[in-house]
Amino acid sequence: MNAFVAILRRDLRLALRQGADSVMVVAFFIVTTTLFPFGVGPEANILARIASGVIWVAALLAAMLSLERVFQTDYEDGTLELLTLSPVPLELLVLGKVCAHWLTTGLPLIIAAPVMAVMLNMDQDGFGTLMIAMLIGTPALSLIGAIGAALILGARRGGVLVSLLVLPLYIPVLIFGAGAVEAALLGISAQAQLQIMGAILLLSLAAAPFATAHAIRQAVE
Amino acid sequence: MTVFTGSDLTCLRGERLVFGDLSFNANTGDAVMLRGRNGAGKSSLLRLMAGLMAPRRGTIRWQGDDIADDKIAHRARLHYLGHQDAIKPVLSVRDNLRLWAELRGISDIDAEIDQALRALDIHHLGKTAGRYLSSGQKRRTALARILLGQSDLWLLDEPTVGLDRESCAELARLIAEFRARGGIVIYSTHVDLDIAAPTILDLDQFAIPMMEWLVEQDDEEDTRESLSPDMNQGKSAEAAI
Repeated sequence: MNAFVAILRRDLRLALRQGADSVMVVAFFIVTTTLFPFGVGPEANILARIASGVIWVAALLAAMLSLERVFQTDYEDGTLELLTLSPVPLELLVLGKVCAHWLTTGLPLIIAAPVMAVMLNMDQDGFGTLMIAMLIGTPALSLIGAIGAALILGARRGGVLVSLLVLPLYIPVLIFGAGAVEAALLGISAQAQLQIMGAILLLSLAAAPFATAHAIRQAVE
Repeated sequence: MTVFTGSDLTCLRGERLVFGDLSFNANTGDAVMLRGRNGAGKSSLLRLMAGLMAPRRGTIRWQGDDIADDKIAHRARLHYLGHQDAIKPVLSVRDNLRLWAELRGISDIDAEIDQALRALDIHHLGKTAGRYLSSGQKRRTALARILLGQSDLWLLDEPTVGLDRESCAELARLIAEFRARGGIVIYSTHVDLDIAAPTILDLDQFAIPMMEWLVEQDDEEDTRESLSPDMNQGKSAEAAI
């Protein structure tokens, strides 16, 4: 457990010193969402109709953009090699790094989401569900994304590759995340969608650290 | 009984056979110097010893136990210094070292770091951010890492790169102290490091041409199955020549 805290603290400290990364993810999220009213026109009804989908797609893309840096810099400067040689399970270290990634990207996105919802004229009834759905969904995005981030280590043009690997895996989170908000807007219970998202989160929590650690071991070999 | 042994080691990198049938022995307090031309497999051997890679064939043992059986225990007893210094530019020297101390479960972290920094004469740089360090100072910080915590085995891959003459002498002194405590040091270097009576392991002796190795493999029915098809192609191409 100490190892988990140690790596989490170091990654948060790094993120704090290089604050631009985190801010950029949120800025990207806001800019992408803002593009939609320009594209589809400022008709309030249409925007309200597409709001939940737009917010989720933008959040997915923003989370994906930040994936490359999860392991890449550690891989390049030799830190990853030393982490795999530490006398602690690599899976635990991976979990610590993913947790740091979520705190620096997922959490700011959750905070920014309601603001974007207001801009897209989403009905107030959906706000609570949107935030709960993102609270369950974004950790899953970080966990699933970590597998992709570890797989592209050592590959050239990794950024493009990671999107091809990870975005298809994000689709279930998108479907049920947007579905939950839609349900809330229609006034019916979103419990089913949220429970499925919870299942996705638990499944990725169980599998992703092992898959990621395995990919990292391959990369540093 | 010898403490750290490797027997019948064959190392394959990609499709290239780096060395074969290599064996080594090291007892407490020993220093083993790896020698060989570029690409002879000095780094590969050190990575095999660290458990970063698995040998194609052969086993590495610590006090009789295969290191692959309990990797965590093996990692706890070794310190590895690779080509890269793993220094984060935005973190101070102390914060850089702190992670490694924490991961090794050291109780009195600050005291350990102080001691390591003093031993390498970089105590005054403790609060300096990594990006302001010279390459020699970065290397010294990386060396300070291997002084943290208890260890029985140092695997040093070109530890002298970027170090000036005084630092090399300092390193030789640290290695001598470590050996006096019963530690085993295995290192590769291109400069003369003043180390008393090292065992010399010349990797050039263990280089085998691919062709010969494949013929030998052909005799071993079971291992032949696992060979990749492109290597068999490589063999027929060579045979055609």
